[in-house]
Amino acid sequence: MDVGLLARLVELMTRHDLNTVDVRDGDRRVILKRGGIGGAVQGVQPPATFTPGGAPSQTLATSAVPTAARAEEESRNYRITSPMVGTFYAAPKPGEKPFVTVGSLVTEDTDVCIIEAMKTFNNIKAECRGTVVRVLAQDGQPVEFGAVLFVVTPS
Amino acid sequence: MFSKILIANRGEIALRVIRACRELAVQTAVVYSTADADAAYLKLADEAICIGNAPPKESYLKPDRIIAAAEIADVQAIHPGYGFLSENAHFAEICRTCKIEFIGPTPEAMAAVGDKVECKRLARKAKVPIVPGSEGEVENEKQALRIAEEIGYPVIIKAAAGGGGRGMRVAHNDVSLQGGLRQAQAEAENAFKNSAVYIEKYIEMGRHVEVQVLGDHHGNIVHLWERDCSMQRRHQKLVEESPCPVLKPKTREALCTAAVRLVKAAHYTNAGTVEFLLDRDQNFYLLEVNARIQVEHPVTEAVTGIDLIKQQIRIAAGETLPFKQEDIEQRGHAIECRINAEDPSRNFAPSPGVIEQLRLPGGAGVRIDSHVYAGYRIPPNYDSMIGKLIVHRPTRSEAVATMRRALAEFHIAPTSTTIPLLLQIMDNQNFQNGDVDTGFVERVMLTK
Repeated sequence: MDVGLLARLVELMTRHDLNTVDVRDGDRRVILKRGGIGGAVQGVQPPATFTPGGAPSQTLATSAVPTAARAEEESRNYRITSPMVGTFYAAPKPGEKPFVTVGSLVTEDTDVCIIEAMKTFNNIKAECRGTVVRVLAQDGQPVEFGAVLFVVTPS
Repeated sequence: MFSKILIANRGEIALRVIRACRELAVQTAVVYSTADADAAYLKLADEAICIGNAPPKESYLKPDRIIAAAEIADVQAIHPGYGFLSENAHFAEICRTCKIEFIGPTPEAMAAVGDKVECKRLARKAKVPIVPGSEGEVENEKQALRIAEEIGYPVIIKAAAGGGGRGMRVAHNDVSLQGGLRQAQAEAENAFKNSAVYIEKYIEMGRHVEVQVLGDHHGNIVHLWERDCSMQRRHQKLVEESPCPVLKPKTREALCTAAVRLVKAAHYTNAGTVEFLLDRDQNFYLLEVNARIQVEHPVTEAVTGIDLIKQQIRIAAGETLPFKQEDIEQRGHAIECRINAEDPSRNFAPSPGVIEQLRLPGGAGVRIDSHVYAGYRIPPNYDSMIGKLIVHRPTRSEAVATMRRALAEFHIAPTSTTIPLLLQIMDNQNFQNGDVDTGFVERVMLTK
């Protein structure tokens, strides 16, 4: 079994957020299942049944709720959460490359994003060491205190 | 009218404002701390935004987080509720700078009436009687002793920036004045970051009578009559009612018009309350002004038929008051009891935790303002009030009887509450006769 192939498959799965990959090559078959993090982006509360004006509730990135089966993997990972309320920006400036993407290596002082509040731009540090496996907030999205922004697998 | 408002508070008052907004077809965003994340009232807002951890200074008292929430929720106005930042002129100023309407008075009016020393100066100007005392902050012990000699003992030392009964000491002679001065200053520094104190004559056996006012942005100010809040423990109100059972009509008129004169002098707008001390000879003296909507506002809503929270929102949105002074009547009698999660038999020790059983009273004349329900976990981080029980009946004796019935129907377990004490108050002869003062509960009922 080509371990290099497996490693590349795992990397591809992570990068493209795939749960299952089933590869056949002649009479060899590899099935890889990845314990993804469930419920990536959830509304804080379900929309109220009475909505004057009919506007749906805004969805904000919040704490993800892992299923029981994934809890073990979950518990190993760091979650970088928002320390403030504001707007999430993935890159230092519009048009530039994001601070981090899936696969990026971070250390405690790595800037992972900007959260803007009241016209002040705050660089958010990783405060952990490892590899980014999930990016849960979208550029320009409002985030609340405690919202999970990134998931990092410790190195 | 606003299309969306942020509610910068929690618990029953947050729910109260959400309800008013829903009736006005105004969208709502409500803030919450991690301790309140599971509260069901959040679901009644269109949006809920977590602003920090449980301690108030990490969440409900953080102006930056609240403004940030207002920005991402894209609201036009913020309702501050009561407590927290509701009387923080600096916060009201930040809202104005960020072009978000603060549903309450202007920062200037708030500062003018919020500082007890400045407020007394306005009172003298508006010919509103004040309690004899120091003209301003007490500079030193020698001055304090001189003032006490002039106005006569007993005196009370109060924090200029204070509230909620903290930073207060009563002194009956020079020795206790000296000690009390030091203690009050220390307590004030600790609680309000401001050690300034002033001295007043201590009026014993006085009643706490307050006047509700409403002012719009077009120069109209009205009063909505008075509330009597004399049943207190440690300067915290337990029971409030309207009308005050002992006020003579002429005194009522003088009291309420004095309140309007005072807030007019301060160019006050939106809702506020002017608090007075009424002595046994129907003399009244200004205590302070509360530049916010108060806990006991439902008492006034009951007797006047006016929804105060909706009026606050309408005023902030620029509408003119839809009534004149002569349109506002007191009809019937209303009483409110604050239900606190405290155990009176264990010196009012707080009783947080999960409410397992809850059956609320109902029936004619009964209103409940509460955010709790069976399964609700009372967090330990905030004040202990879990709800308000308000009754409104044609006469005071009927209101007392209805309140007693409603309190007796109220079932909650295993949480301890102040209901047993409230029942004792309803059964108390003096209370039934309207013959009480602000020291009555502690002096007579709690020292058995």
